Amino acid sequence: MEMDNFTFGITMLVAGMGGTLVTLGLLSLMMLGLGKLFPYKEEDGKEG
Amino acid sequence: MLEAILAGLSGLVVGFKLLFVNWQNLIMLCVGGGLLWLAIKKDCEPLLLVPIGFGCILVNIPMSDVMLKDGFIRTIYDAGVDTELFPLLIFIGIGAMTDFGPVLAQPYTFLLGAAGQFGIFLTLLVALFLGFPKLDAVSIGIIGACDGPTAIYVTSKYAPHLLGAVAVAAYSYMSLVPVLQPPIMKALTTEKEKKTVMKFTAKPVSKTTKLLFPIVITLVGGCIAPKGLPLLATIMLGNLMKESGVVARLTGAAENEIANVVTLFLGLSIGATMAGPAFIRAETLIILALGFMAICLDTVCGVLFGKALYIMTGGKINPLIGAAGISAFPMAARVVQKVGTQYNKKSYLLMHAMGANAGGQIGSVIAAAVMLSVLAGMGVIR
Repeated sequence: MEMDNFTFGITMLVAGMGGTLVTLGLLSLMMLGLGKLFPYKEEDGKEG
Repeated sequence: MLEAILAGLSGLVVGFKLLFVNWQNLIMLCVGGGLLWLAIKKDCEPLLLVPIGFGCILVNIPMSDVMLKDGFIRTIYDAGVDTELFPLLIFIGIGAMTDFGPVLAQPYTFLLGAAGQFGIFLTLLVALFLGFPKLDAVSIGIIGACDGPTAIYVTSKYAPHLLGAVAVAAYSYMSLVPVLQPPIMKALTTEKEKKTVMKFTAKPVSKTTKLLFPIVITLVGGCIAPKGLPLLATIMLGNLMKESGVVARLTGAAENEIANVVTLFLGLSIGATMAGPAFIRAETLIILALGFMAICLDTVCGVLFGKALYIMTGGKINPLIGAAGISAFPMAARVVQKVGTQYNKKSYLLMHAMGANAGGQIGSVIAAAVMLSVLAGMGVIR
């Protein structure tokens, strides 16, 4: 795909930064879910 | 016979003669000395800057053959930098050393880790505007990841001629985080915002969550950004080894022996890319300036995102913690704690900032992985 520098830069900003935000947002939700699914128990403290 | 002896002796002074002919080498010998001084006297990233500085001196000694075919540093470079192996091995060590508990206890801090990556993409735009080719601009922007191995991985792959400048910028500015960040943090926040006290209410994280974290990140991140899978996978492998607790020997080797040996080889190889004629160019100074800008922009965007969270939560989040959303771990978190206590002795921001900082560590790797996959999607790389 041929593109000028301006189009390339804006695409990287939108898709790159947007993709980073969405990916980390998704991962943050998944970690929240994991925390709810597997809550901390006293045994975890003893093992760790 | 006298003639032969004189000819033989003249071979011993030819290096000194050339030293004054090739002024670029002479300047780079001083640069190498400067890097050693920074590392030894100022304690700036000494683990990296000592081998980089020494490698820089070695390659700039006239008639040095260390980087010629079969030269000893060239062999190391070809084996570990050209193949992108060294940054990945270091990532296993980083994963084994990093405790992602604070970010798992407060998953919203992942978002602060994302905001701290804006500098990468804004700097990329500026580099393109200044006329750098696309992949050079990508490598310059990646300095904003504040993450040496990520910057080296991307640059060695797509703009190897910029490796010396990018690596030196990444590691030097990373060590200057305690100097660079506070003025920006202070300028962008109000007195009231700086004094915000944050309660730490997060519960401890279960062992199962800590074990699943590296696996989930690798699977999800790898599916979204497969081009960055080696980066993600290595850091997560190191973390899985640490959290599993069943491979203490491997974990110990990854964070000590392997990381130490690779750091030495990586530093020497990078230093050896700083040969005078190739390094002393206006382009290098521009790259150093853009790298500085990238790290400042990361801090600006992180703090601004923190301010947005401050407004959205009705003043419960101190915007200063946004500055920790970069990859310089745990230095950036300590900076936040220090600045916070300057304004409010009762403010204890460290645990929140550690979350943002660990989020920044993941964020920088995800940003690089996403960037590579977007480039592949556009057909710029294969």
